[in-house]
Amino acid sequence: MKESITVKILRYQPEKEEKPHWQIFRLEVPADSTILDILNEIHWNHDGTLAYRRSCRSAICGSCAMKVNGRNVLACETPMHQFKGSTLKIEPLPGFPIIKDLVVDMEDFFKKMDRVKPYMILKKPVPDKEFLQSPEEFSRIRESAYCILCGACTSSCPSLWANENYLGPAALLKAYRFIFDSRDDGTDERLDIINDRNGLWRCHTIFNCMEACPKHINITGCISRLKTRVVDNSL
Amino acid sequence: MKTEEAKYMHQIDAVIVGAGLAGLRAALELARKGIQVAVLSKVYPTRSHSGAAQGGIAASLANVADDSLELHMFDTIKGSDYLGDQDVIELFVQEARKTVYDFEHMGVPFSRTEDGRINQRPFGGHSSPRACFSADITGHVLLHTLYEQCVLHQVHFYNEFQVVSLMIEDQVSRGVVAWDIRQGGLHVFHAKAVLLATGGYGRAFKITSNAHANTGDSLSLILEAGLPLEDMEFVQFHPTGLFRHGILLSEAARGEGGYLLNGKGDRFMAAYAKEKMELAPRDLVSRAEQTEINEGRGVDGQDYVLLDLRHLGRDKIMDRLPQVWELALNYLKVDAIEAPIPIQPTAHYSMGGIPANIHTEVIHNAAGDPVTGLYTAGEASCLSLHGANRLGTNSLQDAATFGRLAGERMSRFIQDAAFPALPPAPLDRPVEQIRKLMERAGDGGEKHAGIRMELQENMTRYAGVFRDAEGLGRLRGIVRELQERYRNMRIDDRGEAFNLDLLEAIELGHLLNFSEVIVEAALARTESRGAHFRTDHPKRDDVNWLAHTLAWKTDAGVRLTHDKKVVIYMDRFPPQERKY
Repeated sequence: MKESITVKILRYQPEKEEKPHWQIFRLEVPADSTILDILNEIHWNHDGTLAYRRSCRSAICGSCAMKVNGRNVLACETPMHQFKGSTLKIEPLPGFPIIKDLVVDMEDFFKKMDRVKPYMILKKPVPDKEFLQSPEEFSRIRESAYCILCGACTSSCPSLWANENYLGPAALLKAYRFIFDSRDDGTDERLDIINDRNGLWRCHTIFNCMEACPKHINITGCISRLKTRVVDNSL
Repeated sequence: MKTEEAKYMHQIDAVIVGAGLAGLRAALELARKGIQVAVLSKVYPTRSHSGAAQGGIAASLANVADDSLELHMFDTIKGSDYLGDQDVIELFVQEARKTVYDFEHMGVPFSRTEDGRINQRPFGGHSSPRACFSADITGHVLLHTLYEQCVLHQVHFYNEFQVVSLMIEDQVSRGVVAWDIRQGGLHVFHAKAVLLATGGYGRAFKITSNAHANTGDSLSLILEAGLPLEDMEFVQFHPTGLFRHGILLSEAARGEGGYLLNGKGDRFMAAYAKEKMELAPRDLVSRAEQTEINEGRGVDGQDYVLLDLRHLGRDKIMDRLPQVWELALNYLKVDAIEAPIPIQPTAHYSMGGIPANIHTEVIHNAAGDPVTGLYTAGEASCLSLHGANRLGTNSLQDAATFGRLAGERMSRFIQDAAFPALPPAPLDRPVEQIRKLMERAGDGGEKHAGIRMELQENMTRYAGVFRDAEGLGRLRGIVRELQERYRNMRIDDRGEAFNLDLLEAIELGHLLNFSEVIVEAALARTESRGAHFRTDHPKRDDVNWLAHTLAWKTDAGVRLTHDKKVVIYMDRFPPQERKY
């Protein structure tokens, strides 16, 4: 079954124009199309100049985060029917510089990740086999390890829009993932990095990040637990 | 700056092409040894398709039940339908434990047993619970952990770079030429050692679990360089692809106890693999499903059967299979706690690939002579570890273990090697190729999407779970016609920045290039072994076909040889009938 839809896409072709503009496409698409299906239909059969990122199609690679009808989503897992009415409004992730059309520059996002020492720090010798970690200890990091680095959270954060130096929710979540890992020995140095006015304390508990996260990670909750940890450590 | 002009020249010890598990593990090994390494990837490293692997990574840790190296080795050999090289398989199972413990020390969050060790679950074709896992996101956590370690060791990444040419002359690798997708422009990477780790090519098929990026680029570039591919007729179809989408639902769903049901509600595997049932190897289960569908026992006469998890209960599904549950809900609106999930076989994994010896050195003939300075690991490679059929969870282990061993081998080579001379005009060919594509931008003619779709539909139809001479013969003609149409294709985008249109056109050229090899190799092999099943030759034929295929592209078409021997320890693992 096909349906008629109107799609408004914020286009930006850096070689041709100073500023982005809206372009309207009218399409007939299968009723169960996802946002990515619609972008593919446009790119493959209507206008090959449309640029966007996509890869896995199954919500695990994190390539295709974008803003649809005001919400940050992964295009691949989002059926068009999640949105009421027959007009879709598709824009690049807000808060990031646009490279072309729906493709944004994520260099700064990844650099901020690097600042929180996003890797296991060990100061003890490694055992012959595995470190022992109880199921309860694993369950503390399990949710945060599901992050796919899509940028939907960081892009949705008003604190980041107001201050580009803010680390942002994704980088803080990465810090959480190691600080609460029973095997890691880098807690103090990581807490020092995020205990900063452009770190933890720039989070004003707005909950946008949590609502934007396609993996349903309670990012705001994780940041709150980090704040408690910093306060406990200083007492 | 024009896309077809050289922008930068780089000289670097080691270049890794591809940032999935194999590429990153090799990069990490080189960086740990203090060697300068650059990773070139068409996507950001954490977007690589290794991250979509769900169920686990195989190693005989014996954390939850008895296990041994010998048993892991035997299971892998039997799974390969005796086409796997047994020296490679032996090395693989020996190194597997170390690879997993090393991952754990890097911080991989594994699911745990009650006593705190790495948890393990059953998987198809393995006779002991051997799959070390993290819920059903194992590939994701391995990939991200490796990326984190590469950040720590300051590996240099060139993200969104597409390799367009391998610089190989006189069987010596001299580096690669890559196109900067984001900004346009070509870069020459002059290197002592190059690792090809670009993964699989599922996008040659319509129903596939693979990502858009999985277009087998380096396999096609190998053919263009006049080098052979190995065993390309062996394509694995995964039994549990989401109906119509092909998206992977982990084999862990069956490892945790899920059933397969036909349209009559029967657990049909009883008729195909009485002992192992749903945990038979993938080739066998996919054939069973396709037989049920072909004989009218799909659901409502349609092309699907069912994966039933209901009896596992909500707690187990949400604890062990949360991603499977969410994928079914998002894409098919099926809540797996309440209802069975429609599934069908989906093109998943390439057992064949770039031929390499046990040291991951790319070879250029049946005698095993290596191309100096060129290495390959992971799904792009064919060592041959998986033979005619791969067991689930052996692929993450393969990519990580042989990625690590490739890194070690390359570092030793690099320490003694000088930079090889660059070819006189390394850019001529890639410039000409891109210019030809760009020249046609905007002109009349057919777009690439239609050609790609026809290729995918026909590959799934004629080179799928079941094959025969008639269908493959028809497919041969179709692929040739599509190659012809490709020459007159147009693209819309003339721009320099992020030209997705040009990228897809280049990728389609690769798909058409190696698909011809898949078809010819499948036509030639008149037997059924592992994932290659010929309905007109339904039996395995060890007398004539216990051999690897090598395939070259020549002006006169594909040239095949079948004189590369399979390494078999006749005293330990002689070929037997394969029953489950």
